[in-house]
Amino acid sequence: MERSEIIDAVYDACVEVLKVDKSTLTEATSFADDLDADSLALVEVVMELEEKFDLRIPEDELDGVTTIGAAADVVAAHIDTAA
Amino acid sequence: MSGSSTHRPDGRPRVVVTGVGAVTPAGPDAATTLEAILAGRPSAVPITTWDTEGHPVRFAAEITSFDPAPTIEPRDARRIDRVSQFGIVAAQEALTHAGLAGDGADPDGIDRSRVAVVIGSGVGGILTLEDQIEVRVTKGVNRVGPLLIPMMMSNATAGLVALRHGFHGSAFSVATACASGVDSIGHAADMIRAGRADVVVAGGSEASITPTAMAAFARMGALSTRNDDPASASRPFDRARDGFVMGEGAGIVVLESAEHAARRGATVLGELAGYGSTCDAHHITAPDPDGAGAIASMQQALADAGLAPSGIGHVNAHGTSTPLNDAAESAAMVKVFGRHGPPVTSTKGVTGHLVGATGAVEAIVGLLCARAGTVPPVANLSDPDVDPGVDLVRDTSRAIAVGPVLSNSFGFGGHNASLVLVPTDG
Repeated sequence: MERSEIIDAVYDACVEVLKVDKSTLTEATSFADDLDADSLALVEVVMELEEKFDLRIPEDELDGVTTIGAAADVVAAHIDTAA
Repeated sequence: MSGSSTHRPDGRPRVVVTGVGAVTPAGPDAATTLEAILAGRPSAVPITTWDTEGHPVRFAAEITSFDPAPTIEPRDARRIDRVSQFGIVAAQEALTHAGLAGDGADPDGIDRSRVAVVIGSGVGGILTLEDQIEVRVTKGVNRVGPLLIPMMMSNATAGLVALRHGFHGSAFSVATACASGVDSIGHAADMIRAGRADVVVAGGSEASITPTAMAAFARMGALSTRNDDPASASRPFDRARDGFVMGEGAGIVVLESAEHAARRGATVLGELAGYGSTCDAHHITAPDPDGAGAIASMQQALADAGLAPSGIGHVNAHGTSTPLNDAAESAAMVKVFGRHGPPVTSTKGVTGHLVGATGAVEAIVGLLCARAGTVPPVANLSDPDVDPGVDLVRDTSRAIAVGPVLSNSFGFGGHNASLVLVPTDG
């Protein structure tokens, strides 16, 4: 799967959970600093992605995930594993 | 009555009401709700938010056009259960009314460590709980959302109101089923009298029109099954009544020590003068047919207010439209007030039964009516079958002298709770 497709999915998850404007998002966008998202919101964003890609991402893999790009990396690793 | 304008005869602070707010099936705010109640306009409708196929009860007093915005941002709304959304919006109205909404840079200048929040609910965020149980069963444990607990916990509304307004006093929920709203307000008043708070945002909130809750209430035989005519289903004290109509919503009051209200020049709507609370200890759901607990609750509230039964201008009864409640409550009212007591209304003919919110909404409506010198009619009451010693207001609202109101709420668990509110002149 193209990385751009995964990034786009993370954007969509952020729009759904955090009601943000998609056009303002980049790979460098920080969940906490830019989107004012707490840890529960990050779990919700990841759950949206789990649902979309039919994955299961353990909570401990979210430690240190602070940006949209980092979240996409975690998702991409799981998609590779699943493939 | 002795005492001063700020202190009761027993030396404790007087508690006054300085703001009210309501979100009900009859209207999105307190004024609109009151207007519908005075007009006797029932609000029950067929349920549209979920598939009622196979359900014995397919209608409710649903709030069909609720929009949490602009009070609650869409992003926040999706992580707040409907029960707390109602409570937050009603609290915003009440605090704005009281001049304490704190918009901007804290212009009200009150000591926020002395502001408490007591908002009750019968069951809390049961809508979210039901949704998430379905998610677990159909999609698996890993799909259960991280927000279920903070959305379903019954103290969520109190915590969220405190959070949004920066109130750092005690914040908690009181749960006495359908008496939760009254008991919350009663406990709030006690906190002010005890000197634990200057201001308490108090009331009740409920959003339990869910498929499982409706099925369970129906199974108990508690609900009206008048599916073909929802508007006439809630008919308190009427011979043809066959159960209550489930409603939803919130009622919130701002209570304040009279001294605190006077110091900041707040408009006082009335005094929360009396609170009574008892338990039947008779049966977990059925009221004691002798009404001993209900009688004691009303008598406690009167004594607390320093009033004789003859001092009450009207009664806002619990009047659920269930055969058991209306008969037992009528007998109790005759015991307390005699056979020539004050006019009695039940506003549930219009609003349905708002469960944990009902007592708070009725206290608000009761106070506003007491101030206006009017008693709303019992909607759908055409053939009373209760003790004729109860002076039920029928057909149209009745003008009375401005005077104190007594409001009752009773809940599963055997809870009885009564408030006496005394309107302030002007």
